[in-house]
Amino acid sequence: MVYFILKRLIQSVFVMLAVAFLAFSLFRFVGDPITQMTGVETSVADQERLREDLGLNDPFILQFGRFTGDMLQGDFGFSYRTRQPVAEMIATRIPATIELGVVALLISLLVGVPAGVFTALRPRGIATQAILMTTLVGVSIPTFVIGIMLIFIFGVQLGWLPTFGRGGTVQIGNWESSLFTIEGWRALLLPAITLGVYQLTLTMRLVRAEMMEVMRSDYIRFAMARGVPMRKLHYKHALANTMVPVITIIGLQFGGVIAFSIVTESVFQWPGMGLLFLESIRFVDIPVMGVYLVVIAFFFVLVNLIVDLLYVAIDPRLRVKDVS
Amino acid sequence: MIAFLKRHEGLWLFVHAPAAIIAAIVALLIMLGAIFAPWIALVNPYDLSSFSLFDGLLPPIWEEGANTKYLLGTDDQGRDMISSILYGARLSLVIGISALSIAAVLGVGLGLAAGYYGGRFDAIVMRIADVQLALPAILTALLIDGIARGLLPAAVQQDLRVAVLTLAIALSLWVNFARTARASTFVQMKKEYVLAAIMMGQRPTRVMFVHILPNILGPLLVIMTVDLASAILLEATLSFLGIGLPADSPSLGTLIRIGMQFLLSGEWWILWIPTLFLVALVVSINILGDFLRDVFNPRLR
Amino acid sequence: MLAIKDLCIKFPSRFGDFTAIEDVDMTIKPGEIHGLVGESGAGKSTVGAAVIGLLAAPGYIAKGDLSLGDTDLRKLTPAQAHALRGDRISMIFQDPQTSLNPLMTIEDQLIETIQAHADVSDTEARARAVDLLEEIGIKNAAQRIKSYPHQFSGGMRQRVVIALAICTDPELIIADEPTTALDVAVQSQVLDLIRRLAKDRQIAFMLITHDIGGIAQIADRVTVMRQGRVMETGETRQVLGAPTHPYTRALLDAVPPLDRRIARFRVPDESSSATATATKGNQAETWLLAGEKHAPMGLSLDQITVQFQGARSALWRKPEVFRALDEVSLDVRPGTILGLVGESGSGKSTLAKTITGLIAPTSGTMTLGDETLPGGKARNRHHPSRQLIQMVFQDPYSSLNSRHKIGAILAEPLWFYGFVQDQKERQELAAAMLALVGMQPDAIDKYPHQFSGGQRQRIAVARALLARPRFLICDEPTSALDVSIQAEILNLLKDLQSKFGLSILFISHNLAVVRQMADDVVVLRNGIIEESGASEELFERPTVDYTKTLLSQTPVLPAQWQSAT
Repeated sequence: MVYFILKRLIQSVFVMLAVAFLAFSLFRFVGDPITQMTGVETSVADQERLREDLGLNDPFILQFGRFTGDMLQGDFGFSYRTRQPVAEMIATRIPATIELGVVALLISLLVGVPAGVFTALRPRGIATQAILMTTLVGVSIPTFVIGIMLIFIFGVQLGWLPTFGRGGTVQIGNWESSLFTIEGWRALLLPAITLGVYQLTLTMRLVRAEMMEVMRSDYIRFAMARGVPMRKLHYKHALANTMVPVITIIGLQFGGVIAFSIVTESVFQWPGMGLLFLESIRFVDIPVMGVYLVVIAFFFVLVNLIVDLLYVAIDPRLRVKDVS
Repeated sequence: MIAFLKRHEGLWLFVHAPAAIIAAIVALLIMLGAIFAPWIALVNPYDLSSFSLFDGLLPPIWEEGANTKYLLGTDDQGRDMISSILYGARLSLVIGISALSIAAVLGVGLGLAAGYYGGRFDAIVMRIADVQLALPAILTALLIDGIARGLLPAAVQQDLRVAVLTLAIALSLWVNFARTARASTFVQMKKEYVLAAIMMGQRPTRVMFVHILPNILGPLLVIMTVDLASAILLEATLSFLGIGLPADSPSLGTLIRIGMQFLLSGEWWILWIPTLFLVALVVSINILGDFLRDVFNPRLR
Repeated sequence: MLAIKDLCIKFPSRFGDFTAIEDVDMTIKPGEIHGLVGESGAGKSTVGAAVIGLLAAPGYIAKGDLSLGDTDLRKLTPAQAHALRGDRISMIFQDPQTSLNPLMTIEDQLIETIQAHADVSDTEARARAVDLLEEIGIKNAAQRIKSYPHQFSGGMRQRVVIALAICTDPELIIADEPTTALDVAVQSQVLDLIRRLAKDRQIAFMLITHDIGGIAQIADRVTVMRQGRVMETGETRQVLGAPTHPYTRALLDAVPPLDRRIARFRVPDESSSATATATKGNQAETWLLAGEKHAPMGLSLDQITVQFQGARSALWRKPEVFRALDEVSLDVRPGTILGLVGESGSGKSTLAKTITGLIAPTSGTMTLGDETLPGGKARNRHHPSRQLIQMVFQDPYSSLNSRHKIGAILAEPLWFYGFVQDQKERQELAAAMLALVGMQPDAIDKYPHQFSGGQRQRIAVARALLARPRFLICDEPTSALDVSIQAEILNLLKDLQSKFGLSILFISHNLAVVRQMADDVVVLRNGIIEESGASEELFERPTVDYTKTLLSQTPVLPAQWQSAT
């Protein structure tokens, strides 16, 4: 078990290194950092001196090592566009994205898992067919269209909810949260639903498929033949076994949440990392792009490590040694 | 006889799945419309001389003040909506299908080889796939777009928009193919017909492409359909975010982005009609994908 | 007491209702073991599923009576039926590996089952569960009960499954192929356990199986089924000893005896299909016999060892080395059949893969004819042995590429080894070869899924022969087949072997089959050769204990019954 976790840790480090390498290559090869940092008036000699000072003439590996070292110490460099430290820029944007992502993921799980179980247990029901058709349409509507539709209905036509921004936020330490005010929640609702709908359909279909697979397994049939009460059969036996693969996929889905948060943030002008990333692409602000990449990959790796731990907690085959 | 029935099986299921039939018809109509856009469209939205500002903002024919010439109305530039949509769908499909083809060739090739050789090669491919997974589709596409902006001079950028967009989408989709192909290949590698072929001393490429590939086409076909839908959605999303295609060569996504300006004014058709088209196209493809999944995995029925 | 009367089960399909079970009658008294035998497609399992009320959708009972004691099983509501399951009727499944919930301890599963049908406290239920496990033969039950299923071996797991089935004191247990997935030694233990439970606890057993030897050992009564109908029913001794129905007789004829070697199996309608024996002037036969050097070719292995790296259990620990084959030496004399016997995990298949070059031996040498046979990657793709050695696999459903036509499958070796250049000629030869193995030549234009398991195995044999092999490896060639089909394939292999002077390595877990086929026998266990020698000698006078127990534990028809047939 320790070995299993350790193996995953090493894999995670590999992924992080690869992403850091990507970010570094971006920084180093896409456009010349010196021309970006200096103005037109800087002389060629000054540029060369700066290049030498920054160590840009050092061997590639050395530069990459320094880049990674700086990152580990929280030094993420400066934005070409705003000249601010990137670390600061990202840090102020992180809470907005995380709150949005977590609430969206919660929506997708709290609705998606029960819906998946329901449709798996009644595969031929009319309600099931209706839900399946709805979710099929759900995955087919692009996230931004869902956002526009929600804005149009609840913001424009009904005027119930705000259509952009975070509403009222509360500052807790360095964390700017919108979870503690009603205004904040009102502002969060539409973006979170927008982001959650797509994940929800995926979660539901996945839970359904896995659950149906499990329901056909020998041990469920055997439990059935032993007269294990239906409720127990469905929720203790079947659902638990369903969760093993489902959890893995949900970990992977986290990536999807982050990706689509870019779109959602753009539609709702939600001041998160995604919006920052979009701006940085528009202005070819390479350092911000690179750091965003690393931060996202870090979250992804972190979530997947947690998933692995959950995996171990659920599945005794990973926990307990074979005796015989 | 049984082969005939077997082949019939899919056909039989198809005939008895009304949703799939409707989806197929809708998808086919849109695709035909897109292919023959230059011949059936009223105006060429890329050609400024073929439309006129005087026809601008005309509503669809069932609304008051419509011009019967423009069935679904016109946009602010006076472009016929139907024409814009057909040309837009054409572009969306061209990008979607070429991105899909690149992703399929790359992904299936790598996945097959990873499944066949296993060991170190497999580990390397899968680690690359892991990294790719850590950077989801939209992110990859945005990134490639950003890199292209940084590397290419502005003039070339405009010409290469479509190519960059296609590449970006392709790179974000290959992992699906690679993982599916690899998993299916692993299953096939345990089958005795593959062992027999290897034992005979057949070339690895022959074993992979002549023996294994035909046996894993089913799941790949499903992925292909579902990913075509993803590719179209991805293109629309990128164009919507303003980093896809520019306004003068509009895809469906660009049309929707333009339509957003009319969200609050009365000209609803400029936004919602392209949106409806996009959704109809993607829903149809997804329904077909779902149907194929049922055919190839009957146990989920 | 279970009573089944005029049972009819139908499965609606788009071609109309398919009748799976027709007019089946059966009664099982308390304490009686009732064997239900038949080949695949006979509907044995369907009867069992109908009794316990778990008929797979969309099957339904069209008519007939099902009653257990005074309860009419057909009149129960779904809730009543579910309450009855486990309480009065229970079931044992075939594969112990998959019939237990992997995420719950044995304890939880037992307690849950006991409490589902009796209002007892946790402690009481646990005490009962521990007693039960002891009774069923699990030592140290109070501790072992805390384990998860994966911590038990296959045989132990099947005991746990049985404990779960009897923990509520049911009147009837439906055992669906309870020993098929187990090794011989474990098989006989499980059968003993079932017999003991029937006697001590007066449980009625419906024992569904295709293993006639096992039935003969423990069943009180037998019902023989075929295609959903009862062929014959009665006392085991009468049905298996003096069968009255021609189908039962044919079935028994096809069962290979362990205590003697017979020249050929009696197969009822072989005369029509086995044109194999009377194909004078068959093009394929002429072609095969025209091979340049026709001298039989032997194979010998000298101290072959194969090691696998086990999974790494910890970073700082070296991965354990697993020895699949340990200094195995054997000799297949030219033109003879060597039988290789062993239980699962004995290394039989590893041996086959080593010979064919799929696995590289860690040490040792192989010799084919007079030439050394390089192993693993050292054997290049053009090595002559790739043509001289051919293999017939276990699973006819996976050994033929389902996307290729039979014609393409059979023509491949002809094309690949450069025997026949002309496409048309290849097809002709392939068709002739099909005739030689007892198939219709028009099979060439069909796909594998259009054929039954037995027919596919014939095709697989044809493919092997079209490579003009000198040496044939048959890896469990009949273990996936019904016994009557097995008899046909064994006959075919015998015919071909004598006609073309092939040397064959015949791998099987079935001792009786090996006795019918082999000239020499090697007994393998955990990668080590336990015993080897001339076949008849070894079967008559085994010297090693392992061989002796293996022979004694293989369920067979009692000899005095056989004399009657």
